[in-house]
Amino acid sequence: MEQASYILSQVINGLQLGAVYALIALGYTMVYGILRLINFAHGDIFMLGAFIAYFLLSRFGMPIYLVFLATMAVTALAGYLMEKIAYKPLRNAPKISLLITAVGVSLFLEYFCSLKAVFTPDYIAFPRPFEVETYNFSLGGLEFSFTNIQVLIFAITFSALVLLYLLIYRTKQGKAMRAVSYDRETAALMGINIDNTVSLTFMVGAALAGMGGILYAMAYPQINVFMGIMPGIKSFIAAVLGGIGIIHGAVIGGLIVGTSEVIVSAFLSSTYRDGVIFIILLIVLLVKPSGIFGKRIDKV
Amino acid sequence: MRFFLESKRHILLALVIYAALRLLFSLGIVSEYIEQVVIYVFIVILAATGLNVIYGYTGQFSLGHAAFYGIGAYTSAYLAKTSGLESIFFFPATILAGGLMAALVAYVIGIPILRLRDDFLGIATLGFGILVRVFFDNSDRISEVLGGSRGFTGIVKLTNLETAFFVTVFLLLVTRNLITSRYGLFWRCIKEDETASASIGINTARMKLMAFVYGCFLAGVAGALYAHLYTFLHPSNFDFLRSIDFLIIVILGGMGNIAGTIYAGFIWVGFIEGLRIALPGNILDLRWVFIPLLLIALMMWRPYGLMTKKKG
Repeated sequence: MEQASYILSQVINGLQLGAVYALIALGYTMVYGILRLINFAHGDIFMLGAFIAYFLLSRFGMPIYLVFLATMAVTALAGYLMEKIAYKPLRNAPKISLLITAVGVSLFLEYFCSLKAVFTPDYIAFPRPFEVETYNFSLGGLEFSFTNIQVLIFAITFSALVLLYLLIYRTKQGKAMRAVSYDRETAALMGINIDNTVSLTFMVGAALAGMGGILYAMAYPQINVFMGIMPGIKSFIAAVLGGIGIIHGAVIGGLIVGTSEVIVSAFLSSTYRDGVIFIILLIVLLVKPSGIFGKRIDKV
Repeated sequence: MRFFLESKRHILLALVIYAALRLLFSLGIVSEYIEQVVIYVFIVILAATGLNVIYGYTGQFSLGHAAFYGIGAYTSAYLAKTSGLESIFFFPATILAGGLMAALVAYVIGIPILRLRDDFLGIATLGFGILVRVFFDNSDRISEVLGGSRGFTGIVKLTNLETAFFVTVFLLLVTRNLITSRYGLFWRCIKEDETASASIGINTARMKLMAFVYGCFLAGVAGALYAHLYTFLHPSNFDFLRSIDFLIIVILGGMGNIAGTIYAGFIWVGFIEGLRIALPGNILDLRWVFIPLLLIALMMWRPYGLMTKKKG
């Protein structure tokens, strides 16, 4: 029973990490869906979110809900500028040039932020805006606990998912996004403004990543300019796992990746955790190349 | 014999370049550091050519090329160190072993993953690259010699201008001949249209695997040379960014262009190392701010590679 309780508590921890991955994966999957671009700089937007929140909290002592709003606004702006400056001129270039540009943007953000005059390359302790509280539960001998941060992360990820669904399937802008991702040329012929639609996609994705950054920093209160690299890559893996371009696929994929990472760290060794995710990815790709929720397609 | 006769011109050119470099090094005009960088450039060109065969000629997207480079490096260094064959006479054997090991791993991993296409293949190879990185990080659990995340130390320095230069030139000539051979024709055909290639009777799975294995063999050989040049290996030398490095060289040189890869290798490594020398110490931190900006600018200026103005 003790063993079962331990496993359960690890699963909860894993879901907490997975929910953050899910927020990043949503941005990846949206951008990939619309431009067929693996936006490697997305993980750095996540880092940017954590740092902006850090400055708002430690320098200005803003209340937490304002921190969320302001950070999301700034990261959305960063996503907008990134797309306009770096990606838009290359929209008709080969995809690979766009990918290299994305890596360039990612490196630039990391090393620019690591300058002494900007964020410095050091690890910085993130000030938690509220104390961690633990709620204990017992269910038929099975004991488990939640922290208030975990509750917050689950609530935010779930509401983000719902809001994103409403945006994509219930609004005109969302319809435009779906149309552009289906066929860009025809969408343009139907009078859809491609530039605005792509910008909106980048902004929404970046805002979600910024929010993910704050939540991640609250859960693991240590931030660094290179903190976005691995979560970024893992979140993209999560998006591919769930089926790229599929909103709920990204969330489920994120939860799978986060949970397996924590479980492996707890029961095998934390040095193996990155390896296991890629083994899962390889297996899923080989069995169903379009991902868990992906539609069957002949050409992937 | 025919091999040498047919590439007379290139061999002559290579010998002239070699003589010039040897003269430069022997007279002590350039510092030892520059010498090492020049040797390193040849190694990088060799590995990038491997990626060029896989991606530039056959169109199989790989984001994990550095993994094979690392496998070659670790294999050859481990072999040299544990078997005591740490002399220049056995060096060709350990280089070959590095290349063959990389090729073998590429064969095993290539059979399943080469069924994927485009970005999905890219992600799968990226995943494999990180898996290999995790393996290197934990390698001290297998053998203390490999060093794990502390790094593999105490490799004998065997790579010099001669070995790096002649191995690279020889393999580049082999690659050129392969590309113009029947197999090369099949590879280029698959890049243009895989379905059409299959329909005219090309065994696409086999040809893709062959290109992948050969490309990874080149990476393994390059890795073996690298290990015996810097005498120290660390898992972080073979991570995702190193794969991107090779990819950048292939893209800058122009896809499916061996000469382009050579120029781009010189330009890219020369630029990165040149900045280290040119920039004064107090703004050396800015190096990695400039490099990505330059990369972005290059991609906007010449999205099809430095040598190609328009869509080729």
